[in-house]
Amino acid sequence: MTTATTSTRSAPPRRRKKDDTKLALLFIAPATVGLLAFLVWPLLTGIYYSFTEYTTLTPPQWVGFENYQAMFADPVFWNSLKVTVLYVLINIGVQTVVALVIAVLMQRLTQSTLLRSLVLAPYLVSNVVAAIVFLWILDTQLGIFNIFLQWIGFDPIAFWASETWVIPTVALVNVWRHMGYTALLLFAGLQAIPGHLYEAARTEGAGEITLFRRITLPLLRPILALVLIMTIIGSFQVFDTISVTTQGGPADASRVLQMYIYQNAFAEYQFGYASALSVALLVILMVVTFTQYWLTNAGKSDLD
Amino acid sequence: MTTAPHPVTDEVREPGPAGQQIADRHVTRAKRGIPWGRILAWAVMVIFLLITIFPFYWMLRTALSSNNALATDPGSLLPVGLNTGGFERVFGMQDVETAIAQGGSGASINFWRYLLNSVAVATTVTIVQTFSCAMAAYAFSRLRWRGRETVFLIFLGSLMVPQIFTLLPNFILIKNLGLVDTLLGIMLPTLFISSFAIFFLRQFFNNVPREVEEAALIDGASKVRVFFTLILPMSSAPLATLALLTYMTAWNEYFWSLMVSYTDQSRVLTVALGVFRAQAPGTGPDWSGLMAATLVAAAPMLILFALFAKKIVNSIGFSGIK
Repeated sequence: MTTATTSTRSAPPRRRKKDDTKLALLFIAPATVGLLAFLVWPLLTGIYYSFTEYTTLTPPQWVGFENYQAMFADPVFWNSLKVTVLYVLINIGVQTVVALVIAVLMQRLTQSTLLRSLVLAPYLVSNVVAAIVFLWILDTQLGIFNIFLQWIGFDPIAFWASETWVIPTVALVNVWRHMGYTALLLFAGLQAIPGHLYEAARTEGAGEITLFRRITLPLLRPILALVLIMTIIGSFQVFDTISVTTQGGPADASRVLQMYIYQNAFAEYQFGYASALSVALLVILMVVTFTQYWLTNAGKSDLD
Repeated sequence: MTTAPHPVTDEVREPGPAGQQIADRHVTRAKRGIPWGRILAWAVMVIFLLITIFPFYWMLRTALSSNNALATDPGSLLPVGLNTGGFERVFGMQDVETAIAQGGSGASINFWRYLLNSVAVATTVTIVQTFSCAMAAYAFSRLRWRGRETVFLIFLGSLMVPQIFTLLPNFILIKNLGLVDTLLGIMLPTLFISSFAIFFLRQFFNNVPREVEEAALIDGASKVRVFFTLILPMSSAPLATLALLTYMTAWNEYFWSLMVSYTDQSRVLTVALGVFRAQAPGTGPDWSGLMAATLVAAAPMLILFALFAKKIVNSIGFSGIK
């Protein structure tokens, strides 16, 4: 019997209690059905479909590694991979720095709940709403940001229609939506750093920059590592913003991997090939997660 | 991996001793001259706040502007040609001629229907999922049964599967069940299960004092009764926080709904917004109408947030992994 619960152990002369197996099975039944039907089963069938030719009209036909061979020879796939990685680098790079700045500023300046609520506000609207609002703000002719650019003496920029700008634009729109949330996660981590450490360093004459480099950054490292793993995994799955704004264009400049998967499945009806692309994304995400976990020793905290 | 990298609520985190010491230090610092560092820090903070808030203001300003005036005076910081035409088009209160004259596409958009669909999906998913996950969390926290830890690890492991991977196979499953273009089809994959919710609630159930439960059991109450009359009421705060987060996720979800819904009968707001945006009339997009629509789509979340801001803001943290 597995009675590995904590507080029963503290009462040693306990009676032998009855086993709850029947009740437990009843209680986990709905969640288990959901898990098996919509997480475990799709995981298995998804891998199976990637080895088939499947147009959803006829049953899947086993084709072995053909989809994977086609994938490795597909320039659009390699391009989508390149575009996705570029997106992740800009998105995560800017977002992490901005969120860290906001978090440290909040730690130093105020505990105000109102301020934290305002910072979180963009996270409450959907990606779709964020995308449409910035489609308007960054519109080439009428967008207020381009009017501002002209006012300070620059030429207007076709943020959504230029092959150079489109990925940075999408990345920054998503920074806008997520920076507050990321900042609050980091802020929570900063709250755990004991204030006396700063006090002690300050009496030794350390300045703000030294405090940040010698105390904040090292002690925040484990939280920062976890936040990075979470945000990078999320970032690789970018789709909503691009689906609403550019549909992958101009040319293939914003055709990220998820967009390519979606278009293969729902425009070309190539479910087998789309599944193989999904497997590629899954493998990338697993490699990223484990590499990062291993590199940063995310589980360890310098405070322990 | 037993320490899942997910934000986990801890109830209202007061500014503890650490916060107090930071506040004290500012007092000592303020004594020596003009605090340029602090002024600069506030300036940077204010810039970030402006970047955060401005798009919300811009939505409102554009929604209240007339579409034709927007084209001639795009730089005004106040609404131009103030009117409510954008909102009227969204809710189908304008006839086709007026709509086209004001720069709308004239196509009928059944916004009430989409709003209703979104409310139905988000509400059903929130109630059923929270309840189903609370039951499972109770079984993992308080019931004694063989294989409990192993099964829990399997649930936890499913957190590692990215959503994209389950979308295509789930679509095929929903299609085979004949549920494409139905609200049930949209809800089903997340209706009963969120491994995060189970993980999150189990933490709280673990912290409910066992003595309370033992006392009720000695009085002859069954475990089912204990769950409904003791555990659930005692965990109402984390349950409410979780329900809010679930509602928000369901409300803002786009990719899956886009796959499943094709017609008005199952179209939710996020998907409808995408369609509305693609229906640009020849004269250029109906920005006033679009901004009115995004405001309507975002409003319920912003109102919920305004009501529960403190709870949500304080719930963001990493207590689960400490």
